[in-house]
Amino acid sequence: MSLDKVRQRAEQDAKSRGYHLNPDPGFLNDLLEGLKTNEERYGYPACPCRMSSGFFDLDRDIICPCDYRDPDVEEHGACYCSLYVDEATHGSGEAKPVPERRPPEKQAKALGLDEDREVEPKVVRAVQAFETERKLFYCKQCGYVTFREEPPYVCPICRAKQELFAELKTSLKLWTT
Amino acid sequence: MVVVKVEGEKRDHNVFLYSLSTCGWCKKTKEFLKEKGVEYEYMDVDTCTSEERRAAIADLKARSAPMGFPLAIIDDETIISGFKPDRYTEALGL
Ligand code: SF4
Repeated sequence: MSLDKVRQRAEQDAKSRGYHLNPDPGFLNDLLEGLKTNEERYGYPACPCRMSSGFFDLDRDIICPCDYRDPDVEEHGACYCSLYVDEATHGSGEAKPVPERRPPEKQAKALGLDEDREVEPKVVRAVQAFETERKLFYCKQCGYVTFREEPPYVCPICRAKQELFAELKTSLKLWTT
Repeated sequence: MVVVKVEGEKRDHNVFLYSLSTCGWCKKTKEFLKEKGVEYEYMDVDTCTSEERRAAIADLKARSAPMGFPLAIIDDETIISGFKPDRYTEALGL
């Protein structure tokens, strides 16, 4: 993945949400480089400003654009890394640091702080090991459905909070009889 | 430990930084300290070996420090989390 591709992807993403990318060209370049490095290193663009576990399922909430971006841009005018910023921050020419919104428990779980799990990233094994814990969740507000271990921090479609998600229990029997 | 030392003329305090090589705010912090002439050491916890990384995580856990980067430990007691020039200025008497 070339740096240009990473940049284009981020630009498109920003546009689709009405955001901008960081106004400082040097700072922006460093973040895009960081995303590129992480994508090459882990196989997915993990957040450049957070410690990744290397386990896809455990890092899922911090894969860029992360679960915390939208609420952070809304509240602070920038995401945690300040890759994505709002109009006002962009206009001011400089983003300010944003406090971490990712719950410490999530990070503890990802980095194995709550247990003596090996923190050696082994992506393939990880995908197999955690896949079974995934469930279907739906957003009660807009109906968006997602398949993961827990509902997203906010709904990526309508931005409803996590509490508005419920587990979707499907009965596969209906389909087979 | 893959600790990198950055020389500077201000050596009154022992400054140690846990950082990520990919993080913009970590880079800003490193540049800030360098600009101010502060001598410091840093360790990029994403490029070190997994053993070193485990040691770093254990150290942060033992200090009850937040697992966010950059994270500075000054004189083995003051912890500064994030890019906060004001706090560095105060802690280091810049
Ligand atoms: S904080 Fe910003 S750069 Fe980091 S993953 Fe979230 S959206 Fe991407």
